[in-house]
Amino acid sequence: MMARGLLDLLAALGARVNGAVVRLGFASRFFLAVLAGSGTSLRRLPLTIREIYFAGVLSLVIIVVSALFVGMVLGLQGYDTLVRYGSAEALGTLVALSLTRELGPVLAALLFASRAGSAITAEIGLMKTTEQLSAMEMMAVDPIARIVGPRFWGGVISMPLLAAIFTLVGIFGGYLIGVVLIGLDPGSFWSQMQGSVELREDIVNGLIKAFVFGVAVTLIAVFEGYDAVPTAEGVSRATTRTVVTSALAILALDFVLTAFMFRGV
Amino acid sequence: MSPDNLVELEHVSFAYERARPVLSGVTLRIPRGKVVAIMGGSGSGKTTILRLIGGALRATGGEVRVFGSSMKRIGAAELYRLRRRMGMLFQFGALFTDLSVFENVAFPMRERTGLPDELIRPLVLMKLQAVGLRGAAALMPQQLSGGMARRVALARAIALDPDLMMYDEPFTGLDPISLGVIGQLIRRLNDALGASSIVVTHDVHESLEIVDYVYFISDGRVVAEGAPDEVRRSTMPFVHQFVHAEADGPVPFHYPAPDYRSELVAAR
Amino acid sequence: MMSKRVLDIWVGAFVLAGLVSIMFLALRVANQSTFALAAGDTYRVQARFDNIGGLKVRAPVKSAGVLVGRVAGIRFDNESFEAVVALELDAAYRFPRDTAAKILTSGLLGEQYIGLAAGGDTVNLNDGDTLKITQSAIVLENLIGQFLYSKAADGDEKKQ
Repeated sequence: MMARGLLDLLAALGARVNGAVVRLGFASRFFLAVLAGSGTSLRRLPLTIREIYFAGVLSLVIIVVSALFVGMVLGLQGYDTLVRYGSAEALGTLVALSLTRELGPVLAALLFASRAGSAITAEIGLMKTTEQLSAMEMMAVDPIARIVGPRFWGGVISMPLLAAIFTLVGIFGGYLIGVVLIGLDPGSFWSQMQGSVELREDIVNGLIKAFVFGVAVTLIAVFEGYDAVPTAEGVSRATTRTVVTSALAILALDFVLTAFMFRGV
Repeated sequence: MSPDNLVELEHVSFAYERARPVLSGVTLRIPRGKVVAIMGGSGSGKTTILRLIGGALRATGGEVRVFGSSMKRIGAAELYRLRRRMGMLFQFGALFTDLSVFENVAFPMRERTGLPDELIRPLVLMKLQAVGLRGAAALMPQQLSGGMARRVALARAIALDPDLMMYDEPFTGLDPISLGVIGQLIRRLNDALGASSIVVTHDVHESLEIVDYVYFISDGRVVAEGAPDEVRRSTMPFVHQFVHAEADGPVPFHYPAPDYRSELVAAR
Repeated sequence: MMSKRVLDIWVGAFVLAGLVSIMFLALRVANQSTFALAAGDTYRVQARFDNIGGLKVRAPVKSAGVLVGRVAGIRFDNESFEAVVALELDAAYRFPRDTAAKILTSGLLGEQYIGLAAGGDTVNLNDGDTLKITQSAIVLENLIGQFLYSKAADGDEKKQ
């Protein structure tokens, strides 16, 4: 009886792992197909520009508002802590470093996943449900090149720009609290910041992170949409999965990238 | 293979899983210039036949030949070449929701021909005129009724003047007027294009009016075939049940189940 | 449906805003000197220390509080058992040959950097020269050890 239960458990585990491996293999082949079809997406720029609008421009409001609040909270909390050690001027450094290295790319990517990623999944899933993708295939048009490719590149291009905007607006939020509200000296706010933020170590690495997150989130979004079970329920499940998987992927990738980038600095 | 047949299925079988065959040994032909209906109940494998002909699925046994080419080991490029000669009307139209009616019809022309806009415009208007919706060119798909959407999809399917038209349940969910309109369009367009058409449907009366030949599919097999008049007069139990829409007959009303009385007793 | 032109304008504005943000981060938020050092002329000198404490590669090199260069490399000399620190200095700043290098700490707990104190020699340092006068990092543990030792020694003297 006991052994039977254990075997069942083992079989369930095996089936899960098997399913995950098959899905991963399918996702990799899909990724290669997207890259192979990219010629079309990039040659026909209007298609990709349209997707930059939906992924990037429409995410701007949530990015700017969130960044402002995050920056202001960093300003308040940072000041509260720093002032105990008599180094309130380091507020600029604290705000800028946390935003460029971590919060900018990570939070922008999380917001991007829930705003644009879910929309991409829902859109592609719905096109599959209503047989638009099959119709396209019957017209001898490859839906991966025509539908998936532009959305993928639109997301990948938008993400680093959104992260940069997030970081900048966040620093501005910190400035509002630190300089305008609390009354720190603006000169030392900026100069302390400039003294410790490095172009290559912090800014370029932050942008690299944002780019990697952009690839991951958009790939997950288009894949979940393309792979969705073609029913209303299937699409809603796929949309949820996009947000959850993206969030996990962002945080895990962030750890890996941080370990590589800031090791020994 | 006879040159008069655009499509031939020879003892075709298909199964997603080995244990549950969807089609077993289907043989049918679509002659040039004819409208052929494939009828059968829901889940009888009708749509699978269209998918096999369109190359979305591969037969697990037998031979599917379209325009004289075997679909058995066809490559992607060759498949796309064949598909350019096919048009397909999906069950609910499958219009691209982010494009206007005009752009939907223009889509295959833009993607496949690379014609300049000045040439595409009159072509699109001609196709829309053929389905009577030239005035709706600027509308979005969400603004159309079910029947209108189906007609726009029809205009899109004939955009490149296909040799073979396929209709997947073209009458489902339409009011009687739209239903009649679609039926007439299928016939008229077939004759005007000089194409062949396959209509997959379970709508007996509408399709018997317009088709030249009927295949009845049940449980993945061809159980009856014939011209509309023969079908109407047929005494075959299955055809009779289907044509006269009787609830019980060779197609049982009840899904296979254990004995009713003993199950009720056991439930107590 | 929005017209293609409006869409193009929005996307253009978005991309521009993103690029301006990147430029601003690069030019206004980030340290300019890395930029200048990477691009401009530099020369390298060496300094040997008994102990470098927590000094790291890319730590600043300052003279009179002004950033004049960065630590380019740190290695261990297996013959003299000393740390050899390579300093990359901005070519715009010249120092006499007898300049002293000290490892200092910014603030009580801040990062460590190298401070250069100019000497009086008339000949300037050149690429590849070695600084003769150095002062190692102050290691807190050693300091405390010395303090305790001297206290103990004081106590012994008093007893006698």
